[in-house]
Amino acid sequence: MMKVWSSAIRKDFRLHKYLYIMIFPVALHYLLFQYVPMYGAIIAFKDYQVAKGLFDSPWVGWKHFVDFFDSYYFWRLLTNTFMLNLYQLLFVFPAPILFALLLNELVGKRFKRVVQTVTYLPHFISLIVICGMITQFVSRDGVVTDLLVWLGMERTALLGHPENFRTIYIVSDIWQTIGWSSIIYLAAISGVNPELYEAARMDGAGRAKQMFHVTLPGIAPIIVILLILKIGSMLDIGFEKIILLYNPNTYATADVINTFVYRRGLTSTLEFSYATAVGLFQATVNFLMLVFANWFSRKVSETSLW
Amino acid sequence: MRKSAASLAFDTLNVVLMLVMVVVTLYPFVYVLMSSLSNSMLLLSHTGLLLKPLEFTTEAYALVFRNPNIATGFRNTLFLTTVGTIVNLTLTSLGAYVLSRRGVPWTRPVMLMIVFTMFFSGGLIPSYLLVYNWLHLGNTLAALIIPGAISTWNLIILRTSFASIPDSLIESARIDGAQDFTILFRIVIPLSMPVIAVMILFYSVGHWNAWFQAMIYLRDRELFPVQLILREILIQNSTQFMSSDAAAGDAQAVGESIKYATIVVATLPILVVYPFLQKYFVKGVMIGSIKG
Repeated sequence: MMKVWSSAIRKDFRLHKYLYIMIFPVALHYLLFQYVPMYGAIIAFKDYQVAKGLFDSPWVGWKHFVDFFDSYYFWRLLTNTFMLNLYQLLFVFPAPILFALLLNELVGKRFKRVVQTVTYLPHFISLIVICGMITQFVSRDGVVTDLLVWLGMERTALLGHPENFRTIYIVSDIWQTIGWSSIIYLAAISGVNPELYEAARMDGAGRAKQMFHVTLPGIAPIIVILLILKIGSMLDIGFEKIILLYNPNTYATADVINTFVYRRGLTSTLEFSYATAVGLFQATVNFLMLVFANWFSRKVSETSLW
Repeated sequence: MRKSAASLAFDTLNVVLMLVMVVVTLYPFVYVLMSSLSNSMLLLSHTGLLLKPLEFTTEAYALVFRNPNIATGFRNTLFLTTVGTIVNLTLTSLGAYVLSRRGVPWTRPVMLMIVFTMFFSGGLIPSYLLVYNWLHLGNTLAALIIPGAISTWNLIILRTSFASIPDSLIESARIDGAQDFTILFRIVIPLSMPVIAVMILFYSVGHWNAWFQAMIYLRDRELFPVQLILREILIQNSTQFMSSDAAAGDAQAVGESIKYATIVVATLPILVVYPFLQKYFVKGVMIGSIKG
């Protein structure tokens, strides 16, 4: 059996010698920077000490996981992560769909291009700059604060209060991503069969009706795919943005699993094993949710990732 | 066909809505630009919208450019962006080419292994330990280039594009004696230039804007990319080191306009190249999204 295999591989190697050479650095990259860390995650079950190394550090079983589940942080982190994701699902996810539908209805070609060019822009601005702008704008005398004061709010530094964090995060997220995320839906819209619109017009459907009864169903598969992907990352959140926006005053609503892992693992305390366990919990739940969402979608809509 | 009143109302409403979108997206940038050109004392006491500079001055820019950290930051970022993008493109093209070949039995399992990494990973800490403790790449610019050398998403987009090149073209080149490296660099890449342009845009903007890896791996300030310096100025509020030659009482005020000026300085390079690349990336994203 082994012999058959090795001779088959040798034959294939002779046939595709250059392909093997070309894939080598790519495969090495994935093995080293993706699969080695997956293996390295076993330190979640150990008391990893840098001096002893990966193999000689003592095993501790589920200790770090139990510690995490029992800790005061567990529910807070889970709630915060879930709430931000839920708000994203409710507001950030549908926004580009609606935007793409409306953009598609624009009559002027030039104006459409201008709108697109402008709304894509924030996607290319660095997160540091975006968050710098946000912190400036919502500071005690920032321009957004000024506007809200003018509308009757009391003057305060908005990012200093935990109850404002989610709103600021979500609103700025929509601002940042609405244009760029709409590209994929516009692409899908351009693939909708024009005869369907003709038929709808014959049946007396107006513009809005055509939008909701022809265009929207036409792009439903791509919406479902992106929805599955979103659900598959429900415990993930753009944590770089949170690190830049939060502070100890707002941890109550802003601290999420990712930021917690970063703080515990890579700043001051360096609890490598504990942080890895928390991260592994998150990655596993995410993966299971993705598999579930995909299975569910295949059942009800016949659209799925695999 | 004559437009009905309802249709006309719909169009008008739509145009108004889109105009609002444009203003809401652009105004923050206008505000930043105007603030950066304003007298900092006036800016401090100003409230509400800003449509023109308050007493035009370029004092803040002078302070930004006099700062040595900004200069070394830009140098490092330029290095990271160029070298990083070249490494990204080389590896991504190699992978995309091999995985787009038909009739090779092992491309499917390799592809599955690669796609799996999009949905599951070892996490932040094991990756950090690998780069820092096991590969000893800590405090080097290589730590910001090598671990992220391939983006799986870009690999998939490029593979889709490569796969759309007719097989007959590649076969005839092979009959003429070309082997895979020649085919990739002489035929496949030149034929995929619009998508390659998109890859250049994605990867280089990624390097230009990156900061997190730099924050966890770099210790020496001489190695810091510009985004990390920006973080100190914009997020951690340390503008003192830049305004030290201003009178003590003015330091805070000058700090305000310095922040806005640094935002402009860091964003300008992207704004300059953006319009030229735009026509490419819409096309590229669509190639990736429809079939991907």
